[in-house]
Amino acid sequence: MKELFFDESIILLNVAAESKQEILKKMSTNLVEKGLVKPSFIHAILEREEEFATGLPTEGCSVAIPHTDIEHVVHKTISIGILKEPVEFGVMGDDSETTPVKIVFLLAMDEAHSQLSLLQKLMQLFQNQETLKYLYGESSRTNIKNFVKEKLDLSQI
Amino acid sequence: MKKKQVLVACGAGIATSTVVNGAIEDMAKENNLKVDLVQIKISEVGSYEETADLLVTTAMTKTEYPFPVINARSFLTGIGTEETKQQILEELKK
Repeated sequence: MKELFFDESIILLNVAAESKQEILKKMSTNLVEKGLVKPSFIHAILEREEEFATGLPTEGCSVAIPHTDIEHVVHKTISIGILKEPVEFGVMGDDSETTPVKIVFLLAMDEAHSQLSLLQKLMQLFQNQETLKYLYGESSRTNIKNFVKEKLDLSQI
Repeated sequence: MKKKQVLVACGAGIATSTVVNGAIEDMAKENNLKVDLVQIKISEVGSYEETADLLVTTAMTKTEYPFPVINARSFLTGIGTEETKQQILEELKK
């Protein structure tokens, strides 16, 4: 199993975006430029988000976990985008509602039905208000990288 | 008691259903229940209409199914997880 790619270059801070489309395009274009996903990933992510929204209202700030099919992924990674101002995402499983999302965890997974422990840790991460608050307030990408690495136990994968 | 077939579905069958699947697996173990968990994309649910006993999903379902559907978003957000677990357990014990 290939390791998860995770470094400062895929952590985007203070991103200005007017819409979910804009933030998703920015984040996935960055992954394309890094060679981590195929160019088709961008369209696939946008389309999937329309069809199956991934906004999650949590106890802290709302987050979104956009993802798409594995064939668009070259190397698995999780990109983090922290928005300057929240943008509205549809709520997962409920297309009548939207939620103002501050943090986007863009998942690029290269295997289906796997990564259970990684995904569970990621969910735990955003079920924790303090963690989300920290991520939203932190201005150093290196600090965020180290923090998330520790939380997701990335040395183990 | 017949082993229940539980479908766990999300949009892509990659991320959220994996987490929900894991949660139900743990729950079944704790309660000594045998379940046949099938992790799929929501678009594949139709082909299990004959065999499934329950659908647990994080995606939107507009179609009517002959089995109960439980929304599992709480497993991701941490809000209302206990209630969702109770709902699932009740169905599994039927």
